[in-house]
Amino acid sequence: MVAPATLRVVRCGGSTLHGARAVFSADSKQVGPYLLCASGDFVKMYSVATEETLRVMGGHADLVTGIQLNPHNHMQLYSSSLDGSIKLWDFMDGIPIKTFTVGSKLLALYTLASSEDSVFVVIPKSGERDTFQLVSVKLTKAAGQDLEAKELSVVLHGVGASPKSIAFGREGEYVASVKELNLQVYFFKQKQLNRFSLSAMKTKGGNNHFTCVACHPTEDCIATGHADGKIRLWRNFYHKKEYTFSTLHWHHDTVMDLAFSIEGTSLLSGGVESVLVLWHNESDCRKDFLPRLGSAIEYISMSSDGALCCTLHTDNRITIINSNLRFSKSIQGLIKTTDVKTGLVVDPRTKALVLNGEPGHLQFYCLQSDQQLFSLDIVQRQYIHQAGLKQADLVKVAFSAQGKWLATVEERDEVTDPELQLKLWFYDEETQSFKLNTRINTPHEDHITDMCFRDMDELEDDSLILVTAGRDCVFKVWMMVEDTDPEAQQSVSWNCDFVGSYHNYQATNCCFSEDGSLLAVSFEETVTVWDSVTWDLKCTFCHPPGKIRNICFGRLTCSKYLIGATDHGFLCCWNLLSCALEWSAHLNILILQPDPLSEYIAAVSWLSKESSLFVFKPNEPRPIYIQRNLCKEKIQLAAFVPRDEPETVGSEKYLWLRRSQLFFLTDTQELMTLSAKSLEERLTPSSKQLAVEESLPVTPFSLLLGKHRRQQSQEDIDLGKRVVRNKHEQDSPAVKELLHTPAHVLPSASFLCPIFVDSLLISKENKSAEVAADEVEMESEKAEDESDEERDVTEMEQEDTSPMELLGEMTCKLSKSQEKELRKIRKMDYSWISAF
Amino acid sequence: MGEFEVHRVRFFGLVPAGVRCLAWHPRGGRLALARTDGTVEIYNFAANYFQEKVIPGNEARSVEALCWAAGERLFGAGLGGDITEYDLARLCAARSVDGCGGPIWSMAANSSGTQLAIGCEDGSVKLFQVVPGGIEFERNLDRRKGRILCLSWHPSDTHIAAGSIDVLRVFNVCSGQTVQRIMVNYHVQKVKRECIVWSIAFLSSGTVVTSDSFGRVQFWDWEQGTLLESHTVSTSAVLSLAVSEKEDSIVVGTSTGATYQFQLLPVKMGSLEKRWVRTKPFQHHTHDVRAVAHSSMALISGGLDAQLVIRPLMEKVQKKGYDAALRKITFPHRRLVSCARKARLLLFQFSQHLELWRLGSTDETGKDGEVLPLCRMPEHLVQLKSKGPEHIYCSCVSPCGSWVAYSTASRFHLYRVQYEGDGVSIKKVPKVPKLLLPAYQLQFSSDSGSLFVASARGSVHVLQLLEPGGCKHLHTFRPPSGSPEAVYLLASSTDGHWLAAVSGDWAIHIYNVKCFKHHCTVPTYTCAVTALAIHPLTNNLVIAYSDQQLFEFSIPEKQYTAWSRMVQNFGLHKVWLERDSPITHITFNPKNPSHILLHDIYMFCVLDKSLPLPDNSALLMNQSTLKQLPETARQRQLHAFKICKKFQPLLFADLLDENCLVMVERPIMDIKTQLPLPIQQKKFGT
Repeated sequence: MVAPATLRVVRCGGSTLHGARAVFSADSKQVGPYLLCASGDFVKMYSVATEETLRVMGGHADLVTGIQLNPHNHMQLYSSSLDGSIKLWDFMDGIPIKTFTVGSKLLALYTLASSEDSVFVVIPKSGERDTFQLVSVKLTKAAGQDLEAKELSVVLHGVGASPKSIAFGREGEYVASVKELNLQVYFFKQKQLNRFSLSAMKTKGGNNHFTCVACHPTEDCIATGHADGKIRLWRNFYHKKEYTFSTLHWHHDTVMDLAFSIEGTSLLSGGVESVLVLWHNESDCRKDFLPRLGSAIEYISMSSDGALCCTLHTDNRITIINSNLRFSKSIQGLIKTTDVKTGLVVDPRTKALVLNGEPGHLQFYCLQSDQQLFSLDIVQRQYIHQAGLKQADLVKVAFSAQGKWLATVEERDEVTDPELQLKLWFYDEETQSFKLNTRINTPHEDHITDMCFRDMDELEDDSLILVTAGRDCVFKVWMMVEDTDPEAQQSVSWNCDFVGSYHNYQATNCCFSEDGSLLAVSFEETVTVWDSVTWDLKCTFCHPPGKIRNICFGRLTCSKYLIGATDHGFLCCWNLLSCALEWSAHLNILILQPDPLSEYIAAVSWLSKESSLFVFKPNEPRPIYIQRNLCKEKIQLAAFVPRDEPETVGSEKYLWLRRSQLFFLTDTQELMTLSAKSLEERLTPSSKQLAVEESLPVTPFSLLLGKHRRQQSQEDIDLGKRVVRNKHEQDSPAVKELLHTPAHVLPSASFLCPIFVDSLLISKENKSAEVAADEVEMESEKAEDESDEERDVTEMEQEDTSPMELLGEMTCKLSKSQEKELRKIRKMDYSWISAF
Repeated sequence: MGEFEVHRVRFFGLVPAGVRCLAWHPRGGRLALARTDGTVEIYNFAANYFQEKVIPGNEARSVEALCWAAGERLFGAGLGGDITEYDLARLCAARSVDGCGGPIWSMAANSSGTQLAIGCEDGSVKLFQVVPGGIEFERNLDRRKGRILCLSWHPSDTHIAAGSIDVLRVFNVCSGQTVQRIMVNYHVQKVKRECIVWSIAFLSSGTVVTSDSFGRVQFWDWEQGTLLESHTVSTSAVLSLAVSEKEDSIVVGTSTGATYQFQLLPVKMGSLEKRWVRTKPFQHHTHDVRAVAHSSMALISGGLDAQLVIRPLMEKVQKKGYDAALRKITFPHRRLVSCARKARLLLFQFSQHLELWRLGSTDETGKDGEVLPLCRMPEHLVQLKSKGPEHIYCSCVSPCGSWVAYSTASRFHLYRVQYEGDGVSIKKVPKVPKLLLPAYQLQFSSDSGSLFVASARGSVHVLQLLEPGGCKHLHTFRPPSGSPEAVYLLASSTDGHWLAAVSGDWAIHIYNVKCFKHHCTVPTYTCAVTALAIHPLTNNLVIAYSDQQLFEFSIPEKQYTAWSRMVQNFGLHKVWLERDSPITHITFNPKNPSHILLHDIYMFCVLDKSLPLPDNSALLMNQSTLKQLPETARQRQLHAFKICKKFQPLLFADLLDENCLVMVERPIMDIKTQLPLPIQQKKFGT
């Protein structure tokens, strides 16, 4: 195909489970209820009995903001998303039945049993920022899968954006909405709107803003939660004047969510205290608690039979609770902490991603199942929730090559002298968990900046070496020694073997070469290379004036190279044999991440509000792959996770993705990955397409489409509608090359202009263009054979961007000669340094 | 405003007694309140919640229950075992009848006010007939063991519900038999504590509402003896309970100081099914709320922290403003301090003793706001203890400081105080004339030559004080038309010519002291007089009313002054009118004849008659903003009211000489430390 397949940045799991209140499905006879939950762009279905993720329903192009069961069919689910569509799912089979396009962002979704064919959504008011309105959307009953829902009627103005700020009352008689200090109640039958407001000044110190609202299922009673921890129960609110409310107060901070029990006899409330409070009979004195739920409660929902309730927590956890307020089960996703100090580490044993979890804990997060495997308590101290209290936290983690040893560093951040502890954990095969082997108090005088094991697979345990680099200007080498004390419980313990320093500079990074013979330690501006047997200083490298930010050794064929990035924006590659600088590039590299299974190294740069990814081999100065504008956020951390089995990758460009997958974490704590396939594709069961096909009306267009699909069976028709609409010209290679070539090597504008203009023209003859484009592709890929598989991959990737070709038409492409010309221009550039 | 040297007096150790019971009289708009020391007070809600009448207590006469019966008659009963009727005109106990059942814990009048039921220590409920001139014992109801702590009549007067320990009983009034007996702690059998039914109410629907020591408010069907609803409102006892007249709202008071409202609300819109729902909690008290009352507009509660709290129900108030404000009344609406200006002495009146203090002094001067060091500390000169169980009605010290007088219900005392260097000798004046007692107010003339004694039936006695220590009765002023009510305020002119007296019917009579004759009557106004004083130079009488209006009446001309008419035409500032405590004292600055100095509990005000009155758009309390303005702008912003709120709560303020003020404060915190510890409550935890 013409345009090279691009890699997509995909949000991969770990997305917050608390986009909206979770929904319990009606109890089905066979397996018990399911739990449906919005998670990022997907709707996930969990089995309540086994905590398993049964189904992931994707199709929305943006965050899912609300899910509700269809009140007229309990096997169906409505979901709304920021992409402006409401989808109706058959969640038992994971099939989207209908898609209603509303047009504007949908922020919350509500359904009512009494309203036959309409649902309620919160949309932004056009023309005004931060004002939202509750509208009812008439869902047309027309045939076809994709429908426009344009019949909107506004119910309430000026509602809050949070889905918790609106609740529908008994039998859909009224709707209550809270925002800031106002409560609005609208009665549908009487068409009467009552407003009640609280005075802001009244409470001492606290603010009594509304945070959430819930309505009694059988009586005229509205419960509202407030930012000062109070719960107000409103009654008599159909009288503008003689309304009344009572107050329940236990929470000391914001009430995050409220839910009435099915009969309305009790009320559940939750907040940052991580305690679920059950209020009996609306009485202030009779309440029960379910404490120690781990983290702040974001949403509470009840199952329709009242037997279960579930809470969604800020740390991405779902807790399922029995009706008698007993903890039943929990489903834990990726815990998002504000500061991932440990970095992204891969556990060699489980291939799980290891990072900071709960305070003082290490979480092992399984990428495949998007669930936490387990959480290891490292600090082993009670965590106290209190603002400003400094507590010991985990800052560094390192695994030995086979994951037999785990080294952790925890520190309590005192300004004067940090309290440091280095702990070494041994993996106990019997208990299948890590066991503390050695604890070293104050391993360094100051903060530990880096830590690594010498991973030598072929050697025995006793050659295992741990190196720590500290801000106290030394690096220390720790070795295992046999314990001579007969009473000791374990045979080995760790001791300091060598302390090295260099001109009293702070040690910032350390890393072992692949064979373990050399240790590179960076001291501010200098990289020192040490012999790991004799601990002699072999040589030093530096690239003044910048201080060294990251270093790593090349691997496999490139093991003679040492790569370093400086904070003055240079990436340098030194040859260890010649002790000379091989090449350098001007790039502000934040992250340098070598793939453990290949010679590729990924570098992420950050410049002017976008992150870019460069993948290169140390032996050649040209990058193999460049992805500009990887994401808008700053990328904090990255890690290569080895694949279970090497993936078949299309072009040579993506060979680096064959053995491992690159994951990265942005500073908004989104875990992303690069994927040649769309994730959606991977998750969609084949049955989905069948259903889609059946529901398609028979038109000449569909026949044409159907024919085409038979040829390429892996397509998804879901996007059929969008196919005609989007046409991304900028994906044309000419434009891309033009934009990606550094400015200082570009020829004059007069030379480029005709090429550029030509590229924008639509060629007259489709067929010839296709042939030409094919040839270009072959050329650019160095005439490697393309397998059929590859074709598929590229096509799938291209569905969104240039779908016209599916219909036999062609987007504009460069002619062969023009392409060559451009390429020549690019080749004139010897380094791929981009001048930013 | 002018600069003053201020004596900030904080050594008046007054601790108001806690509120024991309340009785609301819906038709009269009056609230009767009894304190733990036996004092009975009447608040007139129509006259802006003014404490209209005070009947000082008696150690031998505690009051456990108050009730209005037969119209305006007030009855009290207490642990002394007597039922007392109060004479509200003469402000004393009129007559007492022994209940013959030991200490009386509760008393209730039936809806027509013809019968009183009392609940006694011995477990008996007795009925008394209210007859003109007293009460008569009628009959005993069925007597069982256990003291009767609370009583309530059914609105149809056929049944009485009585709460006792662990049990509530319903009596048939006709037969006198117990027709229902309900164990209230049936549901809490594990607990061995006894359950005290503190308060009870019988609703016309046949529902009996009880509040008990387990913190529950329970609703019972008396005929079936079944529990209809139970609300646990507190972990400690619910001590008091009151029902609104319409029976759609209940207020309860707990021993933690919180009060709660219950409302009868429809469960669904438009449906007839109604349920009692606990709605609003209020935490205005720090200690036990021993008494609550429910007027049609407000919830009224009184606690052991001596506060009377009137919390209006917002939904019943028609417009925001005066009536919608929460009121807390802690201090009496009358003066308990008198000042000897020349001798710089203060006399403090307590319930059973007097304290005479000499003010401290300083030689130094300083800038505005500075605290000056004292060269002589204030000195406690004399403590005068009143003998017997009776409380003091009134007291006064003469301007020269050499005479002190006080009166109890049955005795009048006059003392001669002599100062020899640092020592003080006090001598009782023998053979005081036999007067009609009690005296309600005492006032020395400014030359300390005579003493005016306010007495019952609108009369004022004039006593001449004789050196070296004697007195003689000169004359008795009586209003020309007669008056049943006692005189409660007096004001005499500096030149000794005039005397103004206010009696309980709010009529102000002015007498000529030189000729011993009635001079004139100030036109009556529809509100109670809270303070009055005669200007030393112009002999204008300045009167403050409880609705915060101010009048100036020229005594020589027998008419309101031009300034007073101007004030009435222009109207006073809204913020001034919405203040919630009455002016308790007025005085003048002889150097600045246009200045009137007045104060209430929360502010001290210098009213400058020469300046224009503020209109409603101007800031009333503008002293702090004025300070920041330049001189020219300040002149434009000036208005008549110069208010200082620095001293709170202000019990007394007076001008000693032209630039020296004395302010007597009683900080609330000082009172709180004198109270017993409140119930310990955990803020957090389960």
